[in-house]
Amino acid sequence: MDTIFALASARGKAGVSVIRLSGSGAWAAVRSLAGSLPEPRVAGLRKLWLADDVLDEAVVICFAAGASFTGEEVAELHVHGAVATVSAVLRALGALPGLRLAEPGEFTRRALEQGRLDLAQVEGLADLIEAETEAQRKQALRVLSGALGRVVDGWRADLVRAAALLEATIDFADEDVPVDVVPEVLALIDGVATSLRDEMRRLGAAERVREGFEVAILGRPNAGKSTLLNALAGREAAITSDIAGTTRDVIEVRMDLGGLAVTVLDTAGLREAQDMIEGIGIARALDRARAADLRVFLLDDEDVPLIAPEGDDLIVQGKADLGGGVGLAVSGKTGEGIDRLVAEITRILSARAAGAGVMTRERHRFALTRAVEAMESARSEVLKGADRVELAAEGLRSAIRALEMLVGRVDVEHLLDEIFASFCIGK
Amino acid sequence: MKHFDVIVVGGGHAGTEAAHAAARMGARTALVTLRAAAIGVMSCNPAIGGLGKGHLVREIDALDGVMGQAADRAGIQFRLLNRKKGPAVQGPRAQADRTLYCRAVQAMLSAQPNLTIIEGEATDFIVNAGRIGGVILGDGAQITAEAVILTSGTFLRGLIHIGDRRSEGGRMGDRPSVPLAKRIEAMGLPLGRLKTGTPPRLDGRTINWDILESQPGDDDPVMFSFVNSAPFVRQVSCGITHTNERTHDIIRENLSRSAMYGGYIEGVGPRYCPSIEDKIVRFADKTSHQVFLEPEGLDDPTVYPNGISTSLPEDVQADYVRSIRGLENVRILQPGYAIEYDFVDPRALRPTLELRDRPGLYLAGQINGTTGYEEAGAQGLVAGVNAALSARGAEPVIFSRRTSYIGVMIDDLVTRGVSEPYRMFTSRAEFRLSLRADNADQRLTGIGRALGCVSDQRADLFAQKMSALEAGRSLLDSAQFTPKEAMARGIRVNQDGMRRSAFALLSFPDVRFAQLRDAAPELAAIAPEIAEQLARDALYANYIERQNDEAQAIERDENWAIPDGFDFAALQGLSNELRGKLARSQPQTLAQAGRVDGITPAALTLILAKLRQQQRARSA
Repeated sequence: MDTIFALASARGKAGVSVIRLSGSGAWAAVRSLAGSLPEPRVAGLRKLWLADDVLDEAVVICFAAGASFTGEEVAELHVHGAVATVSAVLRALGALPGLRLAEPGEFTRRALEQGRLDLAQVEGLADLIEAETEAQRKQALRVLSGALGRVVDGWRADLVRAAALLEATIDFADEDVPVDVVPEVLALIDGVATSLRDEMRRLGAAERVREGFEVAILGRPNAGKSTLLNALAGREAAITSDIAGTTRDVIEVRMDLGGLAVTVLDTAGLREAQDMIEGIGIARALDRARAADLRVFLLDDEDVPLIAPEGDDLIVQGKADLGGGVGLAVSGKTGEGIDRLVAEITRILSARAAGAGVMTRERHRFALTRAVEAMESARSEVLKGADRVELAAEGLRSAIRALEMLVGRVDVEHLLDEIFASFCIGK
Repeated sequence: MKHFDVIVVGGGHAGTEAAHAAARMGARTALVTLRAAAIGVMSCNPAIGGLGKGHLVREIDALDGVMGQAADRAGIQFRLLNRKKGPAVQGPRAQADRTLYCRAVQAMLSAQPNLTIIEGEATDFIVNAGRIGGVILGDGAQITAEAVILTSGTFLRGLIHIGDRRSEGGRMGDRPSVPLAKRIEAMGLPLGRLKTGTPPRLDGRTINWDILESQPGDDDPVMFSFVNSAPFVRQVSCGITHTNERTHDIIRENLSRSAMYGGYIEGVGPRYCPSIEDKIVRFADKTSHQVFLEPEGLDDPTVYPNGISTSLPEDVQADYVRSIRGLENVRILQPGYAIEYDFVDPRALRPTLELRDRPGLYLAGQINGTTGYEEAGAQGLVAGVNAALSARGAEPVIFSRRTSYIGVMIDDLVTRGVSEPYRMFTSRAEFRLSLRADNADQRLTGIGRALGCVSDQRADLFAQKMSALEAGRSLLDSAQFTPKEAMARGIRVNQDGMRRSAFALLSFPDVRFAQLRDAAPELAAIAPEIAEQLARDALYANYIERQNDEAQAIERDENWAIPDGFDFAALQGLSNELRGKLARSQPQTLAQAGRVDGITPAALTLILAKLRQQQRARSA
């Protein structure tokens, strides 16, 4: 197979960028740029040369075929993250004979073709690459290590047992199987159904860990939301000015709060709109705020929230620098109370993340829903009596199938398309 | 030198079905057997059908085969098993008179054009450039053919055990066919070893029937064949008795003398049909086991005690049998015995039942690791039809799991192999609600007609039935009821204002055709048996609809053909075990690969990825 290469880390300005090569010519290609190679699996500092010019000084790591991510010969170049440097190295690689830029998902596909990953692992890996923060990494690692497979196998075993009990009354009707299997069948179905429903509840939280939580900051115009956001983010993300109604759209800032990926939304000020554009801004702010995982209401002394806070929502006193309030008070301008607010948001979101199960994808939710429906149908047929036993068995069979779909036992074709489509270049 | 299109070796259930099918297809067919008089002999229990098995018989019949019609002619007690459960899991079964069954089979064979029966022993194959091209008989005569079907049952290293006594042979009283067995062994096919057993045969005149429970047949007997509607001969009852503690004590005390427990047997026996020794050892807490006393014929005093097969010595057999109620003074006509035999790993076969490495040679029946007349017959039919197709250079026919139990069985065999004698169960069929005994003709007769194995007479009957079903269905579809009208007839539906057809209402539990007919008099035009069939179709219509996605997914995977010679061993990243399994079963489609035992999603992905790669390479 030919040798492919691509930028494996995120595009754009960064401290370090990683360029990965895979294929039988990977080492030779790097040797031609670097002159010599370090021992496999040992990082070595090398100058990368193009003719007489030094392109960059890079950390080079080689992996032997059979002991690499793709199963093929692999090399990684950790170069300085400047866009110009990366482009120069990629260009130099592209000019080498037998090398070409990888297609989207091609590294993973190769890993798959070399049997380096099973399907659940591939999905877990996709998440791992996307993981920006520690919690995401942990969850992705759980899927990779087969937690999903083990959980599903447990449920499957119980349902198979229930199905086998029913089947015994069907296929061995003429023999000595007088025991009433219904109580055990119902107990098994109920047990698995309870676990499935629990898992579905955790599913929402798991999805959040993967995609990141959304926290909306709400308050009247000029209550200091943008200033607060800037203080949280530590950079000028939203324009702040003293004129009410400056933020006319929803501004998002993605950040890491205590290991969780959080997108903080700065919303338009909540008041009667003065013009159409502001009106649209307010409507959008309200929609996003309602859909967010957590709302932080930034209030002046006499303010009442315009939408009702729910659950864990935080109500904080804004502009603490202008005169103390009670309870949680912050000032974006002086930084007063910001640490406490961050701690509070982190505490709430961490509690939710802790409830996250092992299922993280929409596909999982779909399969669980199907399984639960099928089990409910099986349950009601079991209760209708022995003359409907084949229908009860059918319900269990489709529940088992739905669970198997979860770990990729069937419908490989679809799953593959989905997986390969969701991969970008070089991963 | 004689020449035929197809030669069938063996006159058992697989052989007769294979020969008859090939001849129906228009192939000049020879059936080679040791004794023509033994054609169609039931060597085990005198019964046909049952759960899953009854489905197979119906499918054989839908393709115009032998077994269903012969069983109807010989049936002396008909029972529809699971009568109280849904139609998808009901299986027709009958006790058969052995003599009448043989006679019916032989009559059908001799009435079949294109079919010649040759008495003799096939001792060798004629091989032309690696292809099997005929057989050589014991007297040296050579018969050539385009295809040979071997249906030799348990003759490969067949060993009969009665206690510590052993004798070679494929069946009690039959001499073993040594030369051909040696020839097969020399082919280097993958072989395994299985065992099965029979109970002692009893003299019914010495059974005290008066004190035993009796089990009559059904009041409205259900026939196997779609062309028959009532039994042909007098009907009788079976007896039921039970083993007891004393029986179990006798067996326990003599376990070491049993061939099985004395360590004389290495073959694997069926878990669903254990010997009485097995039952007593494995279910030690049970103090009694049911025994069915099945008459072997109307004019034959022999009784087959179903449930106590054994390999104990004769004297112990006599002791434990006489400890059973009603059998105190019974005379044993023939002792029970265990038989172990080699079978060919069916993963060496294509779905046509042709050996992958020996073109021109087909295997069917027990030699493929199955058990049961029905399983054997169904395989014979598949081999017969395909051998005939191959002889005329036509494309083979592969029966799909989506449309028949035959397809389920063949697919199971060739992709998963067997670890114990393979028997059909309804639970093996994932599309069980569609694959019913009652609609076998709707599923298969059309296919059979197109293949050429269904006679004009049956095709006409079938066409009439289909048009009656279609007319009935359209009446049921056009008769519409509002929820109020339905309620007025005592049918409880959601009061949602939706009009429902009579067909939709028939799928409701507790709705009877008669209720609908009262509400819509035009439905009276539907004949009762047609109405019954439509009601069975309606019952599952919603479920079958829902299964369509799944069926399509299978179809998609069936369409991913894995080319001959696909190198599974070269697939990087598979465990050696899995690689070996795939190499042995050589799945021919991705769907089959997915059913190979122990296959993982990753393995399947790998195969698919490889297939895609090859496809890309071809199109590039």
